[in-house]
Amino acid sequence: MTSSETQFVRVLEADGRYAPNAAAEQYLPLIEAISDTELEQFYRDMVVIRAIDNQATNLQRQGQLALWPPSRGQEAAQVGSARAARAQDTLFPSYREHAVTRIRGVDTLGIIKLMRGVSHGGWDPTDPVNGNTRLYTLVLGSQTLHATGYAMGLAFDGRSGTGDPERDEAVMVYYGDGASSQGDVHEAMVFAASYQAPTVFFLQNNQWAISVPVSTQTRVPFAQRSSGYGIPSVRVDGNDVLASYAVSRIALDEARAGNGPRAIEAETYRLGAHTTSDDPTKYRTSDEEQSWQQRDPIARMRAFLEGKGAAGSFFDEVDAEGAAAADDLRTRTLELGPPPASKIFDHVYSEPHPLMDEQRAWREQYEASFEGGQA
Amino acid sequence: MSLETLPFAKALNAGLRKAMEDDSRVLMMGEDIGKLGGVFRITEHLQRDFGEQRVLDTPLAESGIVGTAIGLAMAGFRPVIEIQFDGFVFPAFDQITTQLAKLTNRHEGAVTMPIVIRIPYGGHIGAVEHHQESPEAYFAHTPGLRVVSPSTPNDAYWMIQEAIASNDPVIFMEPKSRYWQKGAVDLEQSAVPLHSSRVVRTGTDITLVGHGAMVTTLLQAAAIAEGEGTSCEVVDVRSLSPVDYGPILDSVRKTGRMVYAQEASGHASVGSEIAATVMERAFYALEAPVLRVSAYDSPFPPAKLEGTFLPDADRILEAVDRSMAY
Repeated sequence: MTSSETQFVRVLEADGRYAPNAAAEQYLPLIEAISDTELEQFYRDMVVIRAIDNQATNLQRQGQLALWPPSRGQEAAQVGSARAARAQDTLFPSYREHAVTRIRGVDTLGIIKLMRGVSHGGWDPTDPVNGNTRLYTLVLGSQTLHATGYAMGLAFDGRSGTGDPERDEAVMVYYGDGASSQGDVHEAMVFAASYQAPTVFFLQNNQWAISVPVSTQTRVPFAQRSSGYGIPSVRVDGNDVLASYAVSRIALDEARAGNGPRAIEAETYRLGAHTTSDDPTKYRTSDEEQSWQQRDPIARMRAFLEGKGAAGSFFDEVDAEGAAAADDLRTRTLELGPPPASKIFDHVYSEPHPLMDEQRAWREQYEASFEGGQA
Repeated sequence: MSLETLPFAKALNAGLRKAMEDDSRVLMMGEDIGKLGGVFRITEHLQRDFGEQRVLDTPLAESGIVGTAIGLAMAGFRPVIEIQFDGFVFPAFDQITTQLAKLTNRHEGAVTMPIVIRIPYGGHIGAVEHHQESPEAYFAHTPGLRVVSPSTPNDAYWMIQEAIASNDPVIFMEPKSRYWQKGAVDLEQSAVPLHSSRVVRTGTDITLVGHGAMVTTLLQAAAIAEGEGTSCEVVDVRSLSPVDYGPILDSVRKTGRMVYAQEASGHASVGSEIAATVMERAFYALEAPVLRVSAYDSPFPPAKLEGTFLPDADRILEAVDRSMAY
């Protein structure tokens, strides 16, 4: 057995007790250095994004969005990993990383635009306010190659591996248990290993690829696969925000330092549907959902903080912040009108293109030809 | 004017070298392009002279090559990819069509994708399956991509540099049967911009239009036709997306007749699109329907049959005769 098979890092038990297992031992200095303020921030992140996520799910049910992929249940894996990244790091999300993007500075309204049918992007990854967060990618696994190429570029340019952790950069890429079967993920691991690119592969194993269970995607732990490519890999309890944070910190530090790629398999569970078009009652049991509900990452962290003596007023305040953020998102979503029709022709190419010019002009003339012209 | 006579392959190599000298962000990626210099030696000595970080012998995975090139472009590089053979571009088709072609649009212009994908294409080299195909229509059909194909050493030298300088992704179709064809290369000045078509032989009776390796065949047909009393004008399309219709329409308005020839199968092909557009825009100038001469709509056959499958001068002349008979 490889070490990746045996390593499963957990710090918080499902009931919130601080009880690091043996695999967590090497991470304890890091975990014990987390300040109370940071611990509260982790909790706050999870609660606020869940409120936003629930709001977005409701907006879809009310016909305001074409689709919404809920992140409910996966908050700890996302918050732990995103909070572990340094400001200079670059993150490549898949399409369910609502907590990750928010932590890095992306306005969730950008994701709403994507799901409401007003944009294919939603934010500008080159704008510093967005914390080097790349756009969502809907073709599963594609972004793992982009992340690896980007990381190769960092290495080629000496932006990584110089030994200065304040300046060295790393890349974290998110994908899921379903995407892991895509060839692009495997090719990304081959390239990352060959070029020793500073890529951290962060797999959220949420147990279900829409309706297909994880056992159809793999018969070994995913971390065993990535270690087969020569990438040091670790499994972590993805519903334990402290463990998720710690393994991500170490993996990013290693990548940043020029020690090559790393991989993390975060065991978690999609408590909601795959997307709002999905009906999980057709393929999984309520017993299974219940058992994961018992391991809810937010309840776990709350119990831990309560054990540490956090005041009840703190939790009330965080709940209020979540509710306010959700209300705000609703208000701004309802204000989002359709984009102008001219957007069809914008930025298809970065340089002038005769077809775009001709078709834009034709459409304007066509619209103007109607009575009272509306071009 | 500084003229040098070079084979197409050497002209391409010189153009790549010039692009690497001019811009340190240009890098090459592909299979066997380093020490070997590529299976057609197009990148010969580039790794020796520019180092392993600018000429990458990648793992053998086309989707991986294009996907990582996208990431490298996001990090400010200008990757130039060599796909070893036409039929091997398809593992990368997803990255090219769903990612590369759309990323500038998805980013609303905030991110550009200055990536060139070089694809040796076409037949007449007697090779096995997947090594002789003409997949250009797939790419010309995809919004966000630019598609070009040089037919002469001079165009090879200049068009590769212009493609690399473009901030949009360019699919660069190299007619591999012409790699050994020699021609004069003007090392000082490009004749026409990247996305222009060009009259390469003047004539008065009929316009022959085509791209890539077929341009040479069209010129052969034109020479034979002249002996038979028919004056052919030949237009090299050069840019398959966008198409520069000006010179094509000017020529058709003069001659009133047109034949398009291509190595690709005819159904839903580049030649089909150009023929339809010419009929829309020059209908009253036409004395005959625009005719197409293409490969048959069957898979590329075993190489011993390629001479039958691919259009040759005789099949072009048959179409010329049909057109002239109207």
